Amino acid sequence: MTNRPATDARTAILGRLRAAGETGPLPSLDTAVLERCHWGAAERMDRLRKGMEAVHTEFLTASPDDWTQVVRDFCDREGLKNLLYGPGSEAGADLAASWAPGGTQLMPYDRPVEAFKDELFTGVDAGFTSTVGGVAETGGLLLMPDAAEPRLMSLVPPVHIALLRASTIQDSFWSAVKALGWGRSLPPNALMISGPSKTADIEQTLAYGVHGPKRLIVVLVDDLN
Amino acid sequence: MHAETEVLFRDSAAQALLDPQLRANFRRAMDGLMAKRKAQFPEPQDLQDLRDLSTAIRSRSLLALPELLEQFEANCIKNGIKVHWAETCEQANELVLGILNAKGAKTLVKGKSMVSEEMHLNAFLEKHGIEALESDLGEYIIQLDGETPSHIIMPAIHKNKDQIARQFSQKIKDAKYTEDVDELTAMARKVLRQKFLDADAGLSGVNFAVAETGTLCLVENEGNGRMSTHVPPLHIAVMGLEKVVARLEDVAPLYAILTRSATGQAVSTYFNLITAPRGAGEKDGPQEVHLIILDNGRSRIYADPQLRATLRCIRCGACMNHCPVYTRVGGHAYEAVYPGPIGKILTPQMEGVGVRHDLIHGSSLCGACAEVCPVEIPIPEILVRLRREATHEDAGSNVEGRGTGRTTTEDWAWRLWAGVLKRPGLYRVASWFATRFGKALPAGAPLIKNWTRTRTTPVPARRSLSERMRAEGGRHD
Repeated sequence: MTNRPATDARTAILGRLRAAGETGPLPSLDTAVLERCHWGAAERMDRLRKGMEAVHTEFLTASPDDWTQVVRDFCDREGLKNLLYGPGSEAGADLAASWAPGGTQLMPYDRPVEAFKDELFTGVDAGFTSTVGGVAETGGLLLMPDAAEPRLMSLVPPVHIALLRASTIQDSFWSAVKALGWGRSLPPNALMISGPSKTADIEQTLAYGVHGPKRLIVVLVDDLN
Repeated sequence: MHAETEVLFRDSAAQALLDPQLRANFRRAMDGLMAKRKAQFPEPQDLQDLRDLSTAIRSRSLLALPELLEQFEANCIKNGIKVHWAETCEQANELVLGILNAKGAKTLVKGKSMVSEEMHLNAFLEKHGIEALESDLGEYIIQLDGETPSHIIMPAIHKNKDQIARQFSQKIKDAKYTEDVDELTAMARKVLRQKFLDADAGLSGVNFAVAETGTLCLVENEGNGRMSTHVPPLHIAVMGLEKVVARLEDVAPLYAILTRSATGQAVSTYFNLITAPRGAGEKDGPQEVHLIILDNGRSRIYADPQLRATLRCIRCGACMNHCPVYTRVGGHAYEAVYPGPIGKILTPQMEGVGVRHDLIHGSSLCGACAEVCPVEIPIPEILVRLRREATHEDAGSNVEGRGTGRTTTEDWAWRLWAGVLKRPGLYRVASWFATRFGKALPAGAPLIKNWTRTRTTPVPARRSLSERMRAEGGRHD
């Protein structure tokens, strides 16, 4: 492969688009329909929960002080062998600090994936991540994977446990984009997740857990008061 | 004259209509999709407002397309994404191959991408010894049978679960026969997770490209898109050049109307925003991300002020789900990458209106597609325009293959018609003959048989209107 044909293609394509001219007046954007989504904090929490439960997301409620215990109890109850977490994240550090020995083992994601790719795919029962917010209108979690909480933690293990603080729930994806300043700068990866992985490709029949997590557990921390 | 390679939609459609299983599969699926979409838009005014906004965003993006593409490219490069441009599918395929070869990649796992279907990428790569595996469940199912998608969102919608059960039991190693959808899904999961783990590279399409941040947005439910773009060390994305929008804010309403129009979901399971390859300190994600921006006729469509609306499309498939033709014949009858109403206007513009002349006429112009289109593409108007383009060479037109759909017989028929209508005496003689002997015309006569093939033969009245008016003296009682 050389760069020449590609560069020529670029010039030719942009040239054709420019030659088409016609820079008429830009149609105005009336965003009133988006602004209709507006609720109080408690209702945002309810809406998010309803929306996500409708697509099989499970919820655990917690307070700012006991959420680590709620995660622990869930893991023990489900008999999870291990839980992948990011030791460099604030939530991950809190979790590790409170984790008593025995039962579910905490497994730090502390090295490049190449060092344990097979194990990640076959030997991890669950992944734990924090979130940067939620979306009330449709239900959804907003995540910004990074060095501390890598991308595959919320994707590869069969169970994804996500920590969500009620105060971070936004009205809609549109308002979240603005509140988080995502339009100005985005990390290498950001995403919205509304439920466990699903498909309807066989006869329109819903089936969960096709490629990604089979279960999504939201630990909803009520920090509104 | 018609080109030699013409595929006749009317023939394949007629054949599809004879397949009761196929019709049942589509009927059930399309009824479900229409009901689910409707349930997502309880307030007609909200729907109209959202459509108006989405249409305005897409129109604005197209008006500023060259500038947005340059801004988008610059931001991608700044983020570490390598950007390539392709005028044709051949160029795009060569680019993919070159990128794979440079990394010594032999296996490619694919997220769903209609542009890669447009490129016929899988067949091309296989010729060059590279395994290209579809990982979207529907795409995986049809790839097992060597088929093409019959719907742009639900590629395997033409099959029912019994057919898939048989297929899996025959084609997946150690698979037992089951008609349980969860078990079938689990089988595919097992095979494909190993493939994600082993693949040298991943490929995806792009739902929206954001100029202000240099971001690729991917909409999906299964997670195979995330797997394909985050697990292998190399990610290649392919997109049509029309996909770019100015701001991330613009994506919010488009995304909202896309999932609701497509599958009747308020939101998809995943909305994945990819802005850069693995960054400093990051522990996963691809080391390299390449983006190929494909033209393949789009810049030509762009040049025409009316036809440009075609490029507003966000590929939701609602026009198919609501089309009385598509829902009865299914996607394969179109023998085109993009089936249904959007395909009927897109395919002839990409491949030539002469070659796909038949496709443009395979519509009753009922308007259901335009009524549900989230970005208000006037598909019936464009169909009518393309019908003219197929038989005329109008000044100022740049439509591919314009005028090549003209036939000598049709030409002479219209000339005769015009000649008769221009001469009152001749017209009277002709209508006298038509009313007296019209019913004696055999249904299989040339030209007439085009009409009578699927319709009853029209029987002319025994007296023409003007004859009756004259005879009855134009009474007004």
